[in-house]
Amino acid sequence: MSLLDELPGADTDTAGAETPQSAKPVSRSRLVFSRLRGMPRFWVGVVGLGAIALWAIFGLVPNAWNYTDLDIYNMGSSPSRLHWFGTSDIGEDIYAQTIVGLRKSLIIGLLVGPLAAIVAGIVGAVAGYLGGWWDRVIVWFIDLLLVLPSLFLFILLSPIFKSLSWVALIFLLAGFGWMIMARVIRAQTRSLRERDFIKAARFMGVDTWTIIRRHILPNVSSLLIIDATLGVGGAILSETTLSFFGFGIQAPDVSLGTLLAAGQSAAATRPWLFIFPAAILVFTVLSASLIGDALRDAVDPTSGANRD
Amino acid sequence: MTEKLSTAAPGATLPGTGMPSTTAAPGPGAEGRQPPSNSPRRLLEVKDLKVTFPQHGGAVTAVRGVNYHVDEGEFLGIVGESGSGKSVSSLAVMGLLPSSAKVEGDILFEGKSLLGRSDKDMSRLRGDGISIIFQDPLSALTPVYTIGTQIAEALQLHNKGLSRLAANTRAVELLKVVGIPNPERRAQSFPHEFSGGMRQRAMIAIAIANNPRLIIADEPTTALDVTIQAQILEVLQKAKELTGAAVVLITHDLGVVAGNADRIAVMYAGRIVETGTVEEVFHKPSMPYTIGLLRSMPNLATAGHSRLVPLEGRPPLLSNLAPGCPFAPRCPVAIDACRTSEPPLTAIAGDPLNASACLRVAEIAGGVLDRRHLYPVPEPVAAAERAEVEPAKVLEVDRLQRHFPLTKGSVFKHSIGTVRAVDGVSFDIRSGQTLGLVGESGCGKSTTIMEILELARPQAGMVRINGTDVSTLSGRERKALRRDISVVFQDPMASLDPRLPVQDLVAEPLTVHGISARERLEKVRNVLDLVGLDPSMASRYPHEFSGGQRQRIGIARALVTDPKIVVLDEPVSALDVSIQAGVINLLQDLQEKLGLSYLFVAHDLAVVRQIADDVAVMYLGRIVESGPAQDIFDNPRHPYTRALLSAVPVPDPALERSRNRIILEGDLPSPTDDITGCNFRTRCPLFQLMDAAGQDRCLNQDPEPRPVGPGMVACHHAEHIELMGAAAGSRPGPAVGHQAGPEGP
Amino acid sequence: MRAAKADPLIGFITKRFINYAILTAIATLSAYALASAILNPAARYLGRNPRPSDETINAILDNLGVNPNTPVIERMWNWIVNLVTQGSLGETIHNTTVVSEIAARAGTSLRLLIIGTIIAAIVGVVLGVWGAVRQYRFSDQAISYGSFTILAIPSFVLGILLMILATMLNNLLGMQLISFTGEYTAGLDGGWWAHFWDRAVHLLLPTISLALMGAAAYSRYQRSAMLDVLSADYIRTARSKGRTRGSALVRHGVRVALIPMSTYFAYSFATVLAGAAVTELVFSWHGMGEMLVNAITQSDINAFTGAILFNAVLILIAGTLSDVVYAALDPRVRV
Repeated sequence: MSLLDELPGADTDTAGAETPQSAKPVSRSRLVFSRLRGMPRFWVGVVGLGAIALWAIFGLVPNAWNYTDLDIYNMGSSPSRLHWFGTSDIGEDIYAQTIVGLRKSLIIGLLVGPLAAIVAGIVGAVAGYLGGWWDRVIVWFIDLLLVLPSLFLFILLSPIFKSLSWVALIFLLAGFGWMIMARVIRAQTRSLRERDFIKAARFMGVDTWTIIRRHILPNVSSLLIIDATLGVGGAILSETTLSFFGFGIQAPDVSLGTLLAAGQSAAATRPWLFIFPAAILVFTVLSASLIGDALRDAVDPTSGANRD
Repeated sequence: MTEKLSTAAPGATLPGTGMPSTTAAPGPGAEGRQPPSNSPRRLLEVKDLKVTFPQHGGAVTAVRGVNYHVDEGEFLGIVGESGSGKSVSSLAVMGLLPSSAKVEGDILFEGKSLLGRSDKDMSRLRGDGISIIFQDPLSALTPVYTIGTQIAEALQLHNKGLSRLAANTRAVELLKVVGIPNPERRAQSFPHEFSGGMRQRAMIAIAIANNPRLIIADEPTTALDVTIQAQILEVLQKAKELTGAAVVLITHDLGVVAGNADRIAVMYAGRIVETGTVEEVFHKPSMPYTIGLLRSMPNLATAGHSRLVPLEGRPPLLSNLAPGCPFAPRCPVAIDACRTSEPPLTAIAGDPLNASACLRVAEIAGGVLDRRHLYPVPEPVAAAERAEVEPAKVLEVDRLQRHFPLTKGSVFKHSIGTVRAVDGVSFDIRSGQTLGLVGESGCGKSTTIMEILELARPQAGMVRINGTDVSTLSGRERKALRRDISVVFQDPMASLDPRLPVQDLVAEPLTVHGISARERLEKVRNVLDLVGLDPSMASRYPHEFSGGQRQRIGIARALVTDPKIVVLDEPVSALDVSIQAGVINLLQDLQEKLGLSYLFVAHDLAVVRQIADDVAVMYLGRIVESGPAQDIFDNPRHPYTRALLSAVPVPDPALERSRNRIILEGDLPSPTDDITGCNFRTRCPLFQLMDAAGQDRCLNQDPEPRPVGPGMVACHHAEHIELMGAAAGSRPGPAVGHQAGPEGP
Repeated sequence: MRAAKADPLIGFITKRFINYAILTAIATLSAYALASAILNPAARYLGRNPRPSDETINAILDNLGVNPNTPVIERMWNWIVNLVTQGSLGETIHNTTVVSEIAARAGTSLRLLIIGTIIAAIVGVVLGVWGAVRQYRFSDQAISYGSFTILAIPSFVLGILLMILATMLNNLLGMQLISFTGEYTAGLDGGWWAHFWDRAVHLLLPTISLALMGAAAYSRYQRSAMLDVLSADYIRTARSKGRTRGSALVRHGVRVALIPMSTYFAYSFATVLAGAAVTELVFSWHGMGEMLVNAITQSDINAFTGAILFNAVLILIAGTLSDVVYAALDPRVRV
């Protein structure tokens, strides 16, 4: 049952206790931020993701082509002044298509990550705080979802989602993306439950939901923020994989996954069809996960506290 | 797994071939020794040691110019509060500081400098010439190797020729030396199968494995209970005698060094501020810090007779130290010169071994400034401010019971026993009075108060608050009753939600009872003022306060609903010694002003003696003795109470060296053990002195609490308690108990 | 006490095994129920020209045991009965048994999985330990950024990138050094050795792809487990006994840092399976991943459930194996 309880649940509250060593007591968030500022990873991620987002928003402005336009005079052309990323066999502008696909992937990622984190926080906190049968049932359910690789379930469920709009995909991805973090939150909540300030609240007569809302969720919030950030990259990866195999975003919608699927067969002969969208995808996911990892290090006081 | 411990006498005899045989075997470091001479030789010399840690926001100098030395065979105590640099300086000697630390000055061991040596070079000395015992024995042993393997490892590292078998045999011998029963079998155990005391014994075995010339013990007993602490200090003394090593004992507890050390160095803010023999430092302290520390400590021998003298303020932050004496802001006799230049350690009366870092040392040593009146004694609460209390029972606990089933079996769970955490506990508290509930960890005192605070129907027995049986309450009545009983926890950092500002924290109990926001704010301001905090700080967060202030916030929260009873769960044990006195005084004042009743749970008997009117002593889920505090401390009638009191170190070297100490054998039995008759008999010194008929009663009859003198005692032989004193008296000296064997001088 | 020492260990593993076995069973049955609810096996026949009669379709579906007119519970019961009494997982829509289909494909998938996972675990652990010990030095940074980049690449992109690189290499050398389409070259002449070499060459890229992703994930986890250990008190104790830092880290540190890895291995295995399925598809291998995807696109409930069962059993084995390793590494669970 406790398969995942050993995951690195950052002890979120010892950082504050150690601060009196510095000149003036620093608040926790300022401490985290000052640690973040010292991490090159964080800046690489922030600048990277910021640039990607700006490009996704404004990138189409200087481009002459829309993503549905067909340039019948330049079919299958390599990158040129006219078509910056080249064109496909039927003359679609790859640059425009990449931006439109990126927009979709980014929206999905930015929504799924936080959504899954919210589910994880609520489910994990409830299981961990209430304990007993609630806990057992939830843990069993999570274990079950972990045994079935979620990719296979996505594919199985895809006939249903194909008929719905791509927005449904967001809920599908979020619905299967919360389990691991829920276990971590649960483990964290269980240790929080034994902490004196939770006991104190209970002995004052504060009711269960108020304790979860007022004391537990704020105290696991840093974990949830990290999870939401890391979840962005994970969601984009899942979406592109599904779309690549034809189970995710459906035509006429475009995402990075469908673009890559279209470019796959020509990957060796006309690499621009594949390389440009792939590079953008990897860069986006990498930036998001660098931010998430930097956050985790900054929040967890023991990380990097290598005494030797 | 502990049941064996309690019955077997640990290491009753030493094999005659034990330690001495290895002393004769030349260790690899032996060739470095100098020829013998008559005067004691300098073993370790620390010269102007400075240790700096780089941190973001500037470097922190944790040790700022420390000088001390240790002669061969000497016992030096280094005393200081947390953050005083005492541990850092000893890690510097071992060469175990993080590589980022900058170490300046010099450290000479047997005349050779240790600084600048390579890790490989130092590793030849570590464990062989110098060894160290760390504070927390659980994390200090590798969890995946057996104890025997870890001791044998220490042997083989410094004696490559030693066979595995020989090393294991030696490891078992060493375990026997440090008093672990069944050493052959226990050598096969893993660290998690050992109790805290046994792990620390194993650490000592590792430390003495190669007959080091110097043993550094870094807070070796801090994590342990007081009776186990007494055992470990005894083993440490014995290890010193066997190996002839010098010992540096680092501790925050003045009582621990008083009975053991030859010389003492007191550290404050990264420097030694006073040094001298034990007698000099304890009886004629000349640094105001030492004087204040000694005055602020509740002392078992004197507590309860006078108010504690608090040492106001807190130690300075080493990252931005103001010029001048770092103690000047807290010093009652500081003069302007103290704030401009830092006084060097200057000899008192020309004796280089007795020195003090104070500008006014001559005045203090010469008696111009009277030590006893250096610090103002706080005034008691004026009679006009005292609350009138009617003598009524506010809390009655009758035969309270809490048993936990202990299950085993991985596939099909089945019950293999019952943990009798609380097993028929009865006591009551009158309004305006304090009951001290004392006992070692695992005795059930925490479970007892948790059961009371739940306000739910107990498994068995009864809890009455203001005469109301809590098991009859409806949900709404229970909620209303929560106003009358509140709690203050041990660790103020853990009991305050770090995400909420102080005003929300303190007001939280009021939100439950539907009190308007305006009224809450008003009330919060009042209680903050009451506990001595500035109400304008109400919007700050807990981490912005010092440890003592945080505990005041915890007390304010407990008082905000105007309760009648406050449960105090070890309220000062997480605080530094110099801070404790202020909080204890505050609690006493509040009790008198507000007419509160306290249930004061603590393991520190001196603190309990200071504050309690009545005392109840718990052992294995039972109260073994209860009665008026004065009577119990002066004339304990239960053998456990007597042993417990005798194990508490007193910060008075003369007293500490002359008194007879009763050392209990073994560890606390597991609460699952079914002990017939009296559950203390497995460790009871009195039981062993009884004749067959007397022992028979202990073996077969469970002693009920019965009135003996002014209190209640659960012992068949309480009337014969004086036998214990006589028996202990026949074996004087610090090396008491079963282990005073052939290794004596 | 001593004699009973082995028992808790066996008890622990038995308990974990039973736990996994129940999970496997429930997962498989849920998959069956879900597939029955979502997939429409009749659709395949309705689209045929000429359209078979309803009776014919019903008969075919009944024969397969997937007729939606029969209640799911009943069909599931029949499926279980067949499995228990005859060891049969039913028939595919191509009139082969699911068991024979799995038998034909399992070897392909297992070869990739086992070799890939072992390489990933070894490389991941070594890189993780190295990164932790050299924290924030150049080699640690290089390993960190490298593994982040690999983790940011979807497995299908990684596979295709490897193929592009191999093509470039082949073009450069002017010969077909690395083949990557399919599991072996069809109609290859030559002896046993030539066939072995052919398969090994075909195995190269998929294995690299799977191992790279696994190693990247494991190295991140091992690094953080090792960092926890680096600052542990017992490392300091080992050094105080006279070990050098390096020797204390190897002898005391790595041994302890491997313990959480065994747990991580179990829970990451489902991800590895999904990654392997994608890799198979990209490299056109006829493995279990292809079977699963085909089963869904062709609405073949029996084949789908069979493939899920196969995966669940693999997770069961991986989970139990990691518990055995865990118990062997950590004496604390043996109590």
